[in-house]
Amino acid sequence: MTDREIIYFDNAATSWPKPPGVAEKMSEFVNCVGANPGRSGHRLSIEAARIVFDAREKVTRLFNSDDPGRVVFGLNATEGLNLALKGVLRSGDHVITSGMEHNSVMRPLREMEKRNGIKVTVVKCSSTGHLDPDDLKSKITPETKMVVLNSASNVVGTLLPFSEVGKICREHGLLFTLDTAQTGGCYPVDMKKDNVDMLAFTGHKAMLGPQGIGGLVIGERVDTDGLIPLKQGGTGSRSELETHPSFLPDLCEAGTPNTVGAAGLEAGLDFILSETVEKIHCREQQLIKRLIEGMSGIPKIKLVGDPDPGSRVPTISFNIDGMQSSEVGLRLDDEFGIMCRVGLHCAPAAHRTLGTAPEGTVRFGLSYFTTEDQIDYAVDALIKISD
Amino acid sequence: MSDVDFSVITFHSTSHAIQAERICKKRGIRIKLVPVPRDVSSDCGICIRFGRKDKEIILEALNEQNVEIANLVDIN
Repeated sequence: MTDREIIYFDNAATSWPKPPGVAEKMSEFVNCVGANPGRSGHRLSIEAARIVFDAREKVTRLFNSDDPGRVVFGLNATEGLNLALKGVLRSGDHVITSGMEHNSVMRPLREMEKRNGIKVTVVKCSSTGHLDPDDLKSKITPETKMVVLNSASNVVGTLLPFSEVGKICREHGLLFTLDTAQTGGCYPVDMKKDNVDMLAFTGHKAMLGPQGIGGLVIGERVDTDGLIPLKQGGTGSRSELETHPSFLPDLCEAGTPNTVGAAGLEAGLDFILSETVEKIHCREQQLIKRLIEGMSGIPKIKLVGDPDPGSRVPTISFNIDGMQSSEVGLRLDDEFGIMCRVGLHCAPAAHRTLGTAPEGTVRFGLSYFTTEDQIDYAVDALIKISD
Repeated sequence: MSDVDFSVITFHSTSHAIQAERICKKRGIRIKLVPVPRDVSSDCGICIRFGRKDKEIILEALNEQNVEIANLVDIN
């Protein structure tokens, strides 16, 4: 390892570094608490249960929902989305989604299409990654049960019109499932205002927690009687019964949870709630704007997607004329210490929409902790590489 | 030995028990999270224990906040 500064521009994959307090809280849990939350009645088990509950409560504050008991913790947003789709949709149900989705939506949908007889409509987006809500509305049929939508593209950072789509869903009596993997913590998402029924979130991106915790916030309109969880097992509740509990969150949380992850997530959310999502979003807009301006001046750089989509998350994809994305990524890392992601970013559907499949792109994902110096250095690196 | 009469409220899930503790603490009502007495229930591992005189205000507080309880038992 050289002692030259390394620059981490892969925050769309996972955020790093975490804010102060995250590692400390996790360490404190392992060293001082350690117990299995809520299973046992002793003081450390109760303390562990408090930590998990606090994390639930802070998730509700971030997304403006009411009941911490309806925050289901799992491994990540992928698990949350699988629960939302597989838990609710049945054979014959029609579900609508967009052409800018991540595989965490497309793969379960395609699997359920094959095995469970659901019908999927993918609404085409423009070649710059924009979705027309009216277009989506026109695809609604009497069999439509749900719309599942990405809130912001992990490839090009542009927001999808989730608030308008939420309104359409509410007007037509459809369930609205929103993937907040790229917006949770850095762009305002309000379950009430945006009419979100099921909100999938992941702790380790802009929510600034560790990997291994995420899940689904299940809104009041979702009938939990009809909800089939992904697994059954021990919950520390109704222990005399061999049948799985029917109430949330236990219904969807079998087995020992990721308590150390919840401790870290709580610390990440403490930071976000104290800075505010609005301030974080504003700062990240400044940063991505600076980066895009710098990159726009480089002749061989081809920016992907809408160069000026207004509000966005701080992620951008590009290619360099005459170079494979993999080569660009390698040179950025080897020669300049800049880390980013190349390829299809687990979103082949989005790349097809944007016209960058099958080669893919180079992706920069900034964070609240990115500095202007790092951005200027990266632009300089790109100038040198593309020369 | 205390001469206070105790009661417990049990819940279906730990989340609800923690929520109840939060609510009571906020209102300055003295409660303690304790293991559920085995002769009371096999429901989730913890319940809230409190002085019997506070029964009504606790029930009212939990009802107001929509926290579902499993059972309320007077214990010796």
